[in-house]
Amino acid sequence: MNDNNQNSPSKFCAGCGHPIVLLALGKTLEEMGLSKQAVLGLDIGCSLLAINFLPINTFHTHHGRVSPTMVGFKKARQDSICLGYTGDGGAYAIGLQSLLHSAKRDEPITVLVVNNTVYAMTGGQTAPTTLKGQKTITDPDGCKNAPILGPELMRQVADPKAFLARTAVNDIKQAREFIKKAIETQQAGHFSLIEFLSFCPTNWRTKGQETLEYLENLKKVFKIGVI
Amino acid sequence: MVNSRQFLTGSEVFVRAAIDSGAGFMFGYPITPASEILSGWINSGKKYLQTEDEIAAGFALCGAVLGGEKAFTATSGPGNILMQDGLSMAEGMRLPFVMVAAQRGGPSSGTVIYSQQEVILSCFGGNGEGMRFVYSPSNLSELYKFTRKAFNDAWHYRFPAIILTDGYLLKTKGVIDFAKIGEIKNISPRALVPKDSVVHWPNIYTFEEELYQEIKLAKDDFEKVAEDIADCESYQTDKADILLVAHGIVGAAAKEAVDELRKKGINAGLFRPITLRPLARKKLDKIAGQESVKKIVVVESSLGQLARIIRDQIAPEICAEFAYMQYPGLGIETEAIVDFVAGLRVVSGEI
Ligand SMILES: Cc1ncc(C[n+]2csc(CCOP(=O)(O)OP(=O)(O)O)c2C)c(N)n1
Ligand code: SF4
Ligand SMILES: [Mg+2]
Repeated sequence: MNDNNQNSPSKFCAGCGHPIVLLALGKTLEEMGLSKQAVLGLDIGCSLLAINFLPINTFHTHHGRVSPTMVGFKKARQDSICLGYTGDGGAYAIGLQSLLHSAKRDEPITVLVVNNTVYAMTGGQTAPTTLKGQKTITDPDGCKNAPILGPELMRQVADPKAFLARTAVNDIKQAREFIKKAIETQQAGHFSLIEFLSFCPTNWRTKGQETLEYLENLKKVFKIGVI
Repeated sequence: MVNSRQFLTGSEVFVRAAIDSGAGFMFGYPITPASEILSGWINSGKKYLQTEDEIAAGFALCGAVLGGEKAFTATSGPGNILMQDGLSMAEGMRLPFVMVAAQRGGPSSGTVIYSQQEVILSCFGGNGEGMRFVYSPSNLSELYKFTRKAFNDAWHYRFPAIILTDGYLLKTKGVIDFAKIGEIKNISPRALVPKDSVVHWPNIYTFEEELYQEIKLAKDDFEKVAEDIADCESYQTDKADILLVAHGIVGAAAKEAVDELRKKGINAGLFRPITLRPLARKKLDKIAGQESVKKIVVVESSLGQLARIIRDQIAPEICAEFAYMQYPGLGIETEAIVDFVAGLRVVSGEI
């Protein structure tokens, strides 16, 4: 859980990947001159801690429900840039049905998935992205199955013009490039989703260099690039 | 001018009311008996989204109203259960979430026409405190009027609003005279997430006290507006002996039963709540508290969902005895109510 930083302006744990994704998002929006049109919907998970992180319109939704909420918002305000910010659990477990159908219908929203391979907010349970063999609170002997590859799964149902990609929080340049591409895709009227491989030192129980190595290791299973 | 009298089904009446309310968008997932609202809306050339399930419809509706669109959804039974997810967010954030709940028999997939078993779910579903308006129309013209009112009240007071009806009324075809209903002004929607300033709008809090303040504010507002919103029909209640309490289409049958009972010399009256949330409790207390009232007979197509609300809200000092006529998921006709009430009198030795 994340209560080690209550008094700092950022509520995320030290070394967390979430603020890196959010900063990349904020900077890219600013650069594109879209901060005013941007609307950031937050899933429940550590994503919820982003409520006042960026100087853009932001609201909470429910766990797994950020994509349908942003689909509805976009219907109401077509000139807005609708951003759904979620963890891997919110995206690929409880919210998968809606996410798949948003991709299938090519809804012009952008979904940003922060993949830390666990349910971080609730204390490190198995997520749909947990690696085979990875030990978690709910899989003390190691997870028995392979993880869901989100963007690859979406590709099966998405429009060819949908932008689907995976990057990692230790490559900010690529992250920003992908965010820009995803927003442009939304502006062109198509669905976009970026998965960010992200640090969770708290639940990975890693420190410094170990955290970085852990992330690099994830790239062997979760392929980086446009999908 | 077009003829103000029209021959329409309940679903058509609802669609007409939603259009006249200025609604611009419907989110829905097909389910009998609410599907005809979705198709009727689509056939009117209006904007819509058929979602992957009712959960998505509910949250997309939350998103649309956050964006400033007057929008709604329609569902029933198992769909009403799923809709409580989005309704809970709407309750937490005070969103003008407008929904038709077309009751069908339950539990489970049950039946599809006649029932009043979604009363508690519609009034108190979710993990909140039931801060939503629930209207229970008894005929086509009320269905129109209270749908218009639901949109207005939801956007004016910023609470979710549910039009609680059933498969029977939605399929009923009848004449509705719009001239008699008169003109109703619309409340304009507004962008709840502003376009020219920035909000950070939470629905999950770090401290208990923060949430408590939100709930308290909502409670105070709800109680304040309850005076304006709470509505009922009181029929032949003055010095009545037997007070029938019924809502929706059962309320319509009960009203006829009052006339029949009076013909038999039984001094019956009817309290028919039109809003189940908030309940017109002052009116109820006044009527039920009359010395003449010996029995309060709650009649419903459920095993006591309306009775639960009435008993909970009625002033504790009111001492009339309660009796219950309960046929869960069955149609209740006038004659059956008359027989039931007459039978009660036989049992208690009054006839
Ligand atoms: C309907 C519902 N079920 C369960 C929860 C509890 N819950 C909160 S966050 C969470 C998991 C979050 O995991 P993820 O989406 O991966 O986000 P992370 O915290 O890892 O960033 C769960 C299960 C909830 N809030 N709502
Ligand atoms: S994702 Fe992990 S590191 Fe980041 S705030 Fe949550 S628990 Fe802390
Ligand atoms: Mg996670």
